[in-house]
Amino acid sequence: MADFLALIVAKYNYWLYIILMMIGLYAMVAKNNLIKKLVGMNIFQTAIILFYVSIGYKTEGTIPIIQNAHGGHGGHGAIIHAADYINPLPHVLMLTAIVVSVATFGVAMALCVRIYQRYQTLEEDELRMRLSEK
Amino acid sequence: MKLLGFIIVCLVGGFLLYGTGELPDWGDPQSPASLHLSNDYIEHAVEETQVPNLVTAVLADYRGFDTMFETAVVFCAGLACFLLLRDFRPRKDHYYRHVPTGVVLHFKDNSKRLTVGKEFEDMDKEWVPSDTVIKTVCRMLIPFIQIYALYVVAHGDFSPGGGFQGGVIFGSSLILLAISYNLKTLVKRVSEKVLSILAALGVLIYVGIGAIAMLMGGNFLDYSKLAPLIPIDPGHIRAIGMLGVEIGVGITVMAVMVIIYINIVSEGRHEEGL
Repeated sequence: MADFLALIVAKYNYWLYIILMMIGLYAMVAKNNLIKKLVGMNIFQTAIILFYVSIGYKTEGTIPIIQNAHGGHGGHGAIIHAADYINPLPHVLMLTAIVVSVATFGVAMALCVRIYQRYQTLEEDELRMRLSEK
Repeated sequence: MKLLGFIIVCLVGGFLLYGTGELPDWGDPQSPASLHLSNDYIEHAVEETQVPNLVTAVLADYRGFDTMFETAVVFCAGLACFLLLRDFRPRKDHYYRHVPTGVVLHFKDNSKRLTVGKEFEDMDKEWVPSDTVIKTVCRMLIPFIQIYALYVVAHGDFSPGGGFQGGVIFGSSLILLAISYNLKTLVKRVSEKVLSILAALGVLIYVGIGAIAMLMGGNFLDYSKLAPLIPIDPGHIRAIGMLGVEIGVGITVMAVMVIIYINIVSEGRHEEGL
């Protein structure tokens, strides 16, 4: 049991992201309302973003902005140790992913507005009924 | 369906949790993600690009091509919202408010119009006067939000920030204007035409900087080839190129956020709404 707890403490970031991701997945699978499905999709995306950012973290590392970069000009400054700075690559990927997720969420909302204008409902079962009536 | 969904979610979550045993510990400096490419970025980015903010250096220089298409994706999202929702049909009813008395006139006949001026103002059906407190606070806040957005864009090389963040902040300041006053105030100040042109202009700036670098004899987006065009210390030419690219990204993101907001809240009619 103590081993298991130690395992959870060492990897708690993965536990958090998996719990969040499953909340989002459940909302996408089980909810009936399209807007609720969209909210689930956003929670899912947030979980992925958390996962990426957390694997870039290093203990005792600071934000990936080099201090005194122009102090020793021409590359004669202090040698930069990679262990002192956290991994910038996940941050870059997630930075663009956040903005793109907002933009795609906007498109999804626009589709929902169109669906509502046409069928006066956003409930999935009612939509399916309306579609089969034709 | 709910039970089935719950079982699926539990199964997937269980498998994922089982898989975490193989993943590196939290904050482990020896994790595979931090061993190969990222060390090279951290150690050589400053001498190669002269930009201390590594996130910007990787975003706009090493992965510049990727970021260009991310910007194009944001532009396409704005375009998709516009094409899905925009409704150009003229309104059936017109409402006018007599400013001195507050009397509202309702015109059901589409052919008759009032001239909008100091005496009468054009308004919506579901118009409620904005609260004075909200209006005043937002009027004071919005310029500072916009200055901060410009700061975030301009200092993207040296401090946390960049085009995406600054663009979103600037766009949200315009959205705040639409929320605190009404949508018409925003559309009157920043017309739809200007927003569409700005959204395309941002992508054009990005691609243009890449194309100029190619015309100067380098690779696409090779900022060091821009040195003869800009009279500045050639050591900083990459930082200047990145700043230009970030400005392009910021303009596109700002315009697209506002386009998406306006189209969704008014269902494409650009007059009523929040």
